[in-house]
Amino acid sequence: MAVLVMAACGGTRGGETTIAGTDTGTPLQGELLVSAAASLADVFAAIGSDFEAANPGVEVQLNLGSSASLRQQVLEGAPADVYASADTANMARLVEAGETTGDPVVFARNRMEIAVPAGNPAAITGLGDFADPRLLIGLCAEQVPCGAYALEVLGNAGVTPSVDSNEPDVRALLTKIAAGELDAGITYLTDVLSAGGGVEGLAIPEDVNVTVDYPIATLAGAPNPEIAARFVDFVFSGQGQAILDGYGFSSP
Amino acid sequence: MVEGVVDRSGLEASLVARRGPGFRLELSLSIPSGTTVALLGPNGAGKSTTVDVLAGLLPVESGRVTLSGVTLDEPAVGRFVPPEQRNVGVVFQDYLLFPHLTAVENVAFGLRSRRLPREQALARAADWLERIGLSDVSQRRPGELSGGQSQRVALARALVTEPDLLLLDEPLSALDVTTRARLRRDLAEHLEGFPGPRLLITHDPTEAALLAEQIHVLEEGRVTQTGSADDIRLRPRTRYAADLAGSNLLMGKASGGRVALDVFELHIPSQVEGEVLVTIRPSAISVHRRQPEGSPRNSWPTRIELIERMGERVRIRTGPPLVLTAEITEGATDALDLREGDEVWVAIKATEIGVEAGAESELS
Amino acid sequence: MTHSKPERRRPGARPPIVLIILGCLGLALFLIPLAGLLARTPWSELPRLLTGDLVTDALRLSLTTSLLATLIAAVIGVPLAWLIARVEFPGRSLVRGVVTLPLVLPPVVGGAALLFALGRRGLIGEPLAGLTGLVLPFSTSGVVLANTFVAMPFLVITVEAALRNLDHRFEAAAATLGAGRWTVLRRVTLPMIGPSLVAGLTLTWARALGEFGATITFAGNLQGRTQTLPLAVFVALESDRDTAVALSLVMVAVSLAVLVILRERWWKAL
Repeated sequence: MAVLVMAACGGTRGGETTIAGTDTGTPLQGELLVSAAASLADVFAAIGSDFEAANPGVEVQLNLGSSASLRQQVLEGAPADVYASADTANMARLVEAGETTGDPVVFARNRMEIAVPAGNPAAITGLGDFADPRLLIGLCAEQVPCGAYALEVLGNAGVTPSVDSNEPDVRALLTKIAAGELDAGITYLTDVLSAGGGVEGLAIPEDVNVTVDYPIATLAGAPNPEIAARFVDFVFSGQGQAILDGYGFSSP
Repeated sequence: MVEGVVDRSGLEASLVARRGPGFRLELSLSIPSGTTVALLGPNGAGKSTTVDVLAGLLPVESGRVTLSGVTLDEPAVGRFVPPEQRNVGVVFQDYLLFPHLTAVENVAFGLRSRRLPREQALARAADWLERIGLSDVSQRRPGELSGGQSQRVALARALVTEPDLLLLDEPLSALDVTTRARLRRDLAEHLEGFPGPRLLITHDPTEAALLAEQIHVLEEGRVTQTGSADDIRLRPRTRYAADLAGSNLLMGKASGGRVALDVFELHIPSQVEGEVLVTIRPSAISVHRRQPEGSPRNSWPTRIELIERMGERVRIRTGPPLVLTAEITEGATDALDLREGDEVWVAIKATEIGVEAGAESELS
Repeated sequence: MTHSKPERRRPGARPPIVLIILGCLGLALFLIPLAGLLARTPWSELPRLLTGDLVTDALRLSLTTSLLATLIAAVIGVPLAWLIARVEFPGRSLVRGVVTLPLVLPPVVGGAALLFALGRRGLIGEPLAGLTGLVLPFSTSGVVLANTFVAMPFLVITVEAALRNLDHRFEAAAATLGAGRWTVLRRVTLPMIGPSLVAGLTLTWARALGEFGATITFAGNLQGRTQTLPLAVFVALESDRDTAVALSLVMVAVSLAVLVILRERWWKAL
């Protein structure tokens, strides 16, 4: 099944590894360390617990952060089995450095959305409002993927934003929007969904929006390469993809 | 007496004060200008509380304090003058010189607090220090001053503002013995030159006797006896007064290990020459029926003039040639069957005799 | 007279070996990260990096906000310390605990708490914004406020301890010399706790300079307005390590310079 999904994804993953990892049926034992982009926090928690349920001897540890800082950690030698990034650029840096085993594969896609406090008190209508200096506008810092994507979207729309804060990550941005301290921001669609009642989303027109690819790869320095491979397979499985779908990610 | 026409240029205090839950001070004091009264008492008797009350650092609970006819504290009429508005000079125990200021700045502090311009205040403070021979240390901080220097700076600091009342809280107790004798003479001079009322707080009967005209013995917050040094020495009314104020205090001329008193001569352990002050504790004097064996050098025959029983101890006043107060145990008295009028021998070990040099003009 | 000192070791001439070893370990804990920083420093790139807008803006903002925070802490923190140390009032120990709260609280939580209280939709912030139009979050004033909140406990605790240890009879002596309460405070109390006051102010300033969590949570992150050095370092770490290292070096240099100068000028003299 996993193999089928893998093939359907059009990934360049080596079939051998996959087969070796899935079909032996040997019970796995150990701890799996997954470094995942902050925007994957909720969905990977769900995937992790299902993976644990399927493999009773395995314990999944999530190391969440911005894709850039997680990449930095891996480069500095912090142990991790799997790296899941919110952009391809950071993943490419790891591939260049020879830190990944095999090629990374995109396992999920995301879109950007305008996030406003519940009830939209500042009556934001679209990206054009981001140029209004009277409004309090927050983005992610351009150094982190969600900030870079937001600037890309605004660039596509021809809007020069009047930014009041460049938040260090998506969660920080959403917290301030939910608190009503910021009038609007641009985040991942999935984050708006998972933020709960405090935040509402406003769709960004398809022609200016960007598609965010989430690549995943097992790492060269993985303490548990076998479990790592099985986890990646699980993400691509029907079960894994269904969970991703439930959190608003689309299949690649 | 009619209110408001009190014409007394001195200190009048009749008060009750409380410190903490357990301590109560009840005190009546009257110090005319130009006289020194000593408050003599053990630790915890209320001496420092008295200083605080008179300085305005502790309000009285009831009663009245007036200085130069001005009421400073009288709760019954809601009157209380805070310390900074009283003109009271205080020399504190341990002096409390401000450690961050030089000697001259310490002396100038009171003047500057009274709005005197800095330059004038420092000039007047420098004059004072020069007068008391401390010019060369005027730029030093208290940490660099000797005990004696600190004491004199503290006195100068209290006097430079020309206060209406001078309070001295154990002014000499922090000094070593030789410095103390020298500074006591200095202090006597300063007191002489101070026109207002002076209150000396001390636990040292010698100091009280030498510096004050009148002594109040203070115990557990109450005055237990008032009188001259002689009154207290010869007729102590409490155990404490007997212990402390009852010391034998004599003056004489020392030379070659002896000191000549009016009509008598004592052997002393020191080689001091000249005028000396001799103190003999009553308990250092022994009384014998016969001439003591091994004949200590300071022994002589005399007659018992007075026997006073004070619990387990007995005070005996001896007659000519040297009137002394001795203290022996009740058991010894009974064993010797001593009675007033008996002929006895007294003996004092030379090492038990306290001698301080340079006592001239102290005992008047 | 000749100097005939007995052949004896001066007390303290050689400190115990155990203390030397442990002390050096302690020092190493500070020096090793510094060495790591220096090892990663792109020295040839440094002039270019240090003159960039990002660095100069962050440096200017950090210096102004940390000094303002220290000033505010002095103006309101010293009186607070005095009250806690000198005035008996109900709930005094509770107040003492509240003062230390920012030390225990993770700064991010402190920043969030500030946001809930003084934000645009906050408990006090909303009426404040309604009345005066003043919005603290995302403003330089917000940075100063966050800095003060996090750093002031250092001043209050240091000064309070000094005031409690100060023999109050010195102040009594000053009063008998005619000094009113204000004069006593100015000419006796404050000078006598001088060294502690300076130490407290220095700690406060250093803490404010390094403040990150509360600042980014309450005041956000915008170059030139709220992006202090620590925020700039943190954001730069995501993408541009050279700039991050250069910024860190600036922080280390500025704080070392100030602390050494202060020590020379004040702590030695007092």
